[in-house]
Amino acid sequence: MSPGTEEISAPAAPLTMAKAINAALSDAMAEDDKVVVFGEDVGALGGVFRVTDGLAAKFGDERCFDTPLAEASIMGTAIGMAVYGFKPVVEMQFDAFAYPAFEQVFSHLAKMRNRTRGAVPVPVVVRIPYGGGIGGVEHHSDSSESYFAHTPGLHVVTPATVEDSYSLLREAIDSPDPVIFFEPKRLYWSKANVALPARTGRIGTAAVRRQGTHATLVCYGQTVPVCMAAAEQAAKEGIELEVLDLRSLVPLDDEAIESSVGRTGRAIVVHESVGFGGFGAEVAARIAERCFYRLEAPVTRVAGLDIPFPPPKYEHWYLPDADRVLDAVDRAMAAG
Amino acid sequence: MTLLDLSARDREGKAATAVRPVWDSEPLRYLDEHGAPVEGGIRPAPALLDPAALLRGYRALRFARAFDTEATNLVMQGRLAVYPSCRGQEACEVAAVHALEEQDWLLPTYRDSAALVLRGIPAVDALTLLRGTWHCGYDPKQWRTMPQCTPLATQGPHAVGLGLAAKLAGDPAVALCFFGDGATSEGDFHEAANSAAVYQAPVVFLVQNNQYAISVPLHKQTHAISLADKASGYGMPGIRVDGNDLIAMNAVLAEAVRRARNGGGPTLIEAVTYRVQAHTNADDAARYRQSAEVEYWRDRDPIDRLGRYLTALGALDAAVEAEIDEECERYCERMRAQFADEPSYDADEMFEHVYDEMTPQLKAQREMLRAEEAAK
Repeated sequence: MSPGTEEISAPAAPLTMAKAINAALSDAMAEDDKVVVFGEDVGALGGVFRVTDGLAAKFGDERCFDTPLAEASIMGTAIGMAVYGFKPVVEMQFDAFAYPAFEQVFSHLAKMRNRTRGAVPVPVVVRIPYGGGIGGVEHHSDSSESYFAHTPGLHVVTPATVEDSYSLLREAIDSPDPVIFFEPKRLYWSKANVALPARTGRIGTAAVRRQGTHATLVCYGQTVPVCMAAAEQAAKEGIELEVLDLRSLVPLDDEAIESSVGRTGRAIVVHESVGFGGFGAEVAARIAERCFYRLEAPVTRVAGLDIPFPPPKYEHWYLPDADRVLDAVDRAMAAG
Repeated sequence: MTLLDLSARDREGKAATAVRPVWDSEPLRYLDEHGAPVEGGIRPAPALLDPAALLRGYRALRFARAFDTEATNLVMQGRLAVYPSCRGQEACEVAAVHALEEQDWLLPTYRDSAALVLRGIPAVDALTLLRGTWHCGYDPKQWRTMPQCTPLATQGPHAVGLGLAAKLAGDPAVALCFFGDGATSEGDFHEAANSAAVYQAPVVFLVQNNQYAISVPLHKQTHAISLADKASGYGMPGIRVDGNDLIAMNAVLAEAVRRARNGGGPTLIEAVTYRVQAHTNADDAARYRQSAEVEYWRDRDPIDRLGRYLTALGALDAAVEAEIDEECERYCERMRAQFADEPSYDADEMFEHVYDEMTPQLKAQREMLRAEEAAK
């Protein structure tokens, strides 16, 4: 962001997350002609979620273009372009559609800086709409963040608010490192009054969404509004829950977690992806390592079930909701 | 007929199901296996037949062989962790590098160490990775040469990206990407070829068909007679060329690079050659192929072939050979000296290049390792 843009920022108006991400792409492309956007259906159609709507018309089809349906090629092409000096922002159309690109991500995107001793950074942003709750058929609702977070060399972020979606994407595009940008697709149509351009914090910083004293709900992406709803309900019963939105899984804001859980003494980690071997296990382990003697109750996880993401008629049983979170809170409160 | 003769094998084994007549798959040649111009062979531009230029090519072949031999010696002495030899494939290495200009990008595999040194990268840097450390040893941007790629075919999409970037930037740069025959079975090969054609990216895909992927022979890799035939499915020219004939290789690559540079899009080249050594020093080729087969290919050696031709032209004689011998020996002596001492390894550096800015978690792990080391 250039100096002085705060003064000329647009007045706050209700904006969806999809529009905010679109604005972030548009603003970044306007500022730096090395920023290019490509992927499946991102051109004339504007993406299946319309996140890239209008970019091809505005910037031309050399800056925003459709690719063959070949995710490994999309990722590898982005790597080559980044080596040459471009800043590619690529779209993986759906979470599970990113899997063909895994080898490019893990063997090259994540490692190129390291295996060239810092000589070849690859500033690629990979946008992945993820998560369930939109009635998607199979392969359209996965939460695949753990696979990426487990891979050194990648930053992994996911916004939960409209303002963060703009800010985090701008930070991601500015980053000299590859960033996996998980877009919570259920929140694409969430709205907020935000003034753009907004910057809400660097990658690697968590945000306290609600202050509380009895327990901390550690969450990210689609489970942030779930935890906020749970906290509202709990407050009616006199239990004040702190809601910590991680928003950056890598790097992880250990200090924010320790600061919150160290105060409240109770932690419930909430995410939508499969619990077994999930990102919540990492968070829970780190809380145990750093806060053990300040804990009043065992750290618990509320996560997706250890099953393939279920079809639309079943997903309400799978998705963590406020009631499931509150059950975990009850157990934590009873423990100490 | 001999099983060792490629075209004979095609006739015996594939004719019944071949999608193209066998004679179409005969690789383009200028020289026959004895170094005499073939009748009806490829007709290179006159500049590519200039004896002085060919003598430079011959020197490069000899140099590549000397480097490869020395690297093989170094791995036997424990100076390198592993070395995949390109012996017998030197014409591919030399032709590829000579086809490129300074602004062009080269995307080598692990078998293309000779191409790195031909590009000018010091041997001690080019062999860093194979010496057993984590990084490629040279600055890829300085040399326009990507790190040697191990996961098969995954460098293909990078070539597309480099080529597309050059095209979008309006630069006259070309990306030349090496593959082996085994890599043509990988998905990334197909995706890269298809994407390059769709984008009309300035890319040259050079497949060194050396007949083996570790132990798996070509006929288990593909049912097709020709790897170059795949090109038509992508909508690009596909050329099958004798990979042990430097003159033919130079001609084919010059045309492909020129087409790419002039906006004509990508080309797929299949260079028919042979991996004379085992896959690496850790491999035992005797378990899967007969020595007679290797001997057959030794008779088609790219260096001997061009040498005979240049000798017949009067451009090469014993005095020049002796001069080249001495140059190569001096180079190898320098290599031996450079590899005599084990480099020092810095544990701290493992953490430094993972990210632009070290994460707090990595800093903590670096401290842990420092403390462990201090306590020793």
